[in-house]
Amino acid sequence: MLQGYIIVLVSFAYLGLLFGIAYYADKRADAGRSIIANPYIYALSLAVYATAWTFYGSVGRAASDGIGFLPIYLGPTLMIALWWIVMRKIIRISKNNRITSLADFIGSRYGKSAVLGGLVTVIAVIGILPYISLQLKAISSSYAILLQYPEITMPARAAAAPLAADTAFWVALILAAFTILFGTRHLDAAEHHEGMVAAIAFESLVKLLAFLAVGIFVTYGMYNGLGDIFDRVRAEPSMKPLLTPIEGVAGGYASWVWLTILSMMAIMFLPRQFQVAVIENKDERHLDKAIWLFPLYMLAINLFVLPIAFGGNLRFPDGSVDADTFVLTLPMAAKQEGLALLVFIGGLSAATGMVIVETIALSTMVCNDLVMPVLLRMKRLRLAERRDLTALLLGIRRGAIVGILLLGYLYFRLAGEAYALVSIGLVSFAAVAQFAPPLLGGIFWKGGTRRGAMCGLLAGFAVWGYTLFMPALARSGWVPIGLMEQGPFGIALLKPLELFGLSGLDQITHAMLWSMIANVGTYVGVSLLGTRDAQEARQASVFVNAYRQAETPGASFWRGTASAEELHRLLTRFIGPDAADAAFREYARSRGLAWPGELQADANLVHFAEMQLAGAIGAASAHIMVASAVKEEALSVEEVREMLNEASQVIVYSHRLEQKSKELERATGELREANERLKELDRLKDDFVATVSHELRTPLTSIRTFSQILRDNPDLDPAERARQLGIVIKESERLTRLINQILDVSKLESGNVEWRPGPVDMKEIVEDTVAAMSEVARERSVELHTRMPERVPAVTADLDRIVQVMLNLLSNAVKYCDARQGKVEVALSQSQNVVRIDVRDNGPGIAPGDQEAIFERFRQASEPQSGRPYGTGLGLHICKRIVERLGGRIWVASGRSGETCFSFTLPMAS
Amino acid sequence: MQEQEPRSQRLIALFVLGCLLFNYPLLSLFNVAAEVFGVPVLYAYIFAAWALLVALMAIVIESRR
Repeated sequence: MLQGYIIVLVSFAYLGLLFGIAYYADKRADAGRSIIANPYIYALSLAVYATAWTFYGSVGRAASDGIGFLPIYLGPTLMIALWWIVMRKIIRISKNNRITSLADFIGSRYGKSAVLGGLVTVIAVIGILPYISLQLKAISSSYAILLQYPEITMPARAAAAPLAADTAFWVALILAAFTILFGTRHLDAAEHHEGMVAAIAFESLVKLLAFLAVGIFVTYGMYNGLGDIFDRVRAEPSMKPLLTPIEGVAGGYASWVWLTILSMMAIMFLPRQFQVAVIENKDERHLDKAIWLFPLYMLAINLFVLPIAFGGNLRFPDGSVDADTFVLTLPMAAKQEGLALLVFIGGLSAATGMVIVETIALSTMVCNDLVMPVLLRMKRLRLAERRDLTALLLGIRRGAIVGILLLGYLYFRLAGEAYALVSIGLVSFAAVAQFAPPLLGGIFWKGGTRRGAMCGLLAGFAVWGYTLFMPALARSGWVPIGLMEQGPFGIALLKPLELFGLSGLDQITHAMLWSMIANVGTYVGVSLLGTRDAQEARQASVFVNAYRQAETPGASFWRGTASAEELHRLLTRFIGPDAADAAFREYARSRGLAWPGELQADANLVHFAEMQLAGAIGAASAHIMVASAVKEEALSVEEVREMLNEASQVIVYSHRLEQKSKELERATGELREANERLKELDRLKDDFVATVSHELRTPLTSIRTFSQILRDNPDLDPAERARQLGIVIKESERLTRLINQILDVSKLESGNVEWRPGPVDMKEIVEDTVAAMSEVARERSVELHTRMPERVPAVTADLDRIVQVMLNLLSNAVKYCDARQGKVEVALSQSQNVVRIDVRDNGPGIAPGDQEAIFERFRQASEPQSGRPYGTGLGLHICKRIVERLGGRIWVASGRSGETCFSFTLPMAS
Repeated sequence: MQEQEPRSQRLIALFVLGCLLFNYPLLSLFNVAAEVFGVPVLYAYIFAAWALLVALMAIVIESRR
């Protein structure tokens, strides 16, 4: 016979032992000799995952579903293989940014958003309530059953009992008091609870040993080993389906897969798992061993679930005993008093471990991310001016712990008793799974925005509430059952358990499917459509690039003015004078400066202060407080974006490089072009020199030849001598003319000609030049006519140059016109605003192919008879240069053996 | 990070292996009414695969080079 007081006494002794361990660990931590700083304690503390659900509920599930309970443990086994990548990054980010909780993490990632942190807190608290109620139910019902020892009777429904007689209520209160003792004796700037972790690790050992003990006892004490149990099950027709059970589980493989995924998320995002795995982590390297130790622990604690479940089914075939209690009732049935008590303590350890860590984590969230941001914003409270806020912070947390446990108890009274343990827990799993998209998205995807995270969470949480939370209340009669069976307003498509007509899935799979679609879809969709502000972009980069950050990741983004004393005062108010002094001294020492006195309030110090504060009150509140103490200059989005973009420097450089290379390319192009031009000019010059030399040599050769003849033949016939002397003179003249023209060309081309433009009367020039040429024309018997109007407007030109052009054209015409009946006509006309001069001869004409070319240097129409040109080949080139320089145009019109007409125009004087 | 790179790839490989072992269709191969040493083959398979996975993780983590 187990007396009630014995059970209570043992329970309190156990809790006292836990407290002793915690106290000792805290003392050791204060002395700087931590007992939890090793991977084994870390792995054992992760085993807080195994709660009363595992301890009692797995057997209950296995008794009806066979291996249906296993995905909850296989999921974490798979997930932990990825922890090396995912969890290490989360831990690194949390350490860099002094994250204090899951809500802090998500709020911080999306621009230190207090609203988002608050939303996460609300979801976490509501989502976890069923889970806490599960623990209360487990403790109270196991106590009630043990109290009846050796009778085995199921406890009456607690809802019927008055409050003061309800064990669960007292359990909730005792646990609250105990959690307050554990978690909120003092305020730690980094939210480390070393004592708690040590106690949790110890609890993990106790529950494992208790479960293994009962497993071994049932398997080998009550039955003859595994084979015996399974043989008996096979002999029992009603239990045979349990041996190949996957199809038997509602939803079959789909349910199996979704439960696995669900537990993969739960192992990371349950607030208590986040607390022990991330916040309480002392060293990233502890993760190594935990990656295989933790799955090993889960394997061990699950080994005997099936034997106990089947043993229970065989022992209590009539179903009078709840399968959730087999772990306790089997030893009781075998009259093992001590073992039953050990099982009770094991169950107690599983439940208290969960409740303590979960409520501490949740109270931190409620305090830092829900209450403080609101209080700090309420100017009326003048909170920012209070000297010491540590008492207030602790008060809020203690209140939150009591509140959460009482809410858990309320849920237990409202809905908890209608479900088996596992089903209650799964509702909570599905709630925290909603954190997966914003958190995982937040550390690997920079594009996720605050609005996206907020909308995604709201959507996912709403679907969760509609498809899981509400049905749980409905089953207990708190929501009209018609809503469940016909859908709201009789709309069958909106039935909470068969949303949009999706049926054939079990409740959890159905809810997970829809809530994940809503959550991920909204998160990604809204993120992609929206924009981020500077703060968000900054935090996104800090989180996603956690491995690339320097020691103080945020400091480089800060710009403003502050005083070190002010920051110190701020810190004192929240974490107390001793801790603030110590922090500042440590900081100053690390920089080789003295405090107080030498410390400058630069960006690094402000960042340091904000991080210290974040450790105590969360990132969002810390940001508000520091902002109130210092004047921060707002950074524009562009500035931050520029700073952020981890490649921006590289991009700027490469951009410049690109620009430089483009400039270089352009310069090279220009150079090449210039070079081409120079080469062309060089070639032209060579040509010119060659042609000039040739042109000069021709008259020189004839002069020399005739001079030699005259010298060598003194007795030459006088007439012949005269003729030859005449040739010498003519060739000399030609030479002179040639040289003059070459000088002209070079002057024109180098621009060394002095132009004296002025109004010129073309009629006068034509008359003068014709008169000048008339003697030559008469010698060659060429008729020279002019055809001119009475009056011609003056043109703008250089008189001497125009005379040169006219003489050149006239002498050409006289030279090339018909040898016997030569006719040259000069015509003057005006059209629009130009005066046009035509010089026409009846010479052999110029082939169309040559008409352009004759204006080039040294180009002449070949003389058909002698093949030797009369001219120098420069005259027309000079004419063209002069006319074009004066703004006119020159061209030739001719046909072979027809008349040739050289024309040019000159602009009228305005 | 560099010397830890093979380790993270091995762990990812183990994750994929685990996903295969604990899912349809491999799981369905063992979902039959047979037994090894008196234990239904499905249970034996799952716990054996689980133990194997844990052992492999331990080997990957503890192997130092």
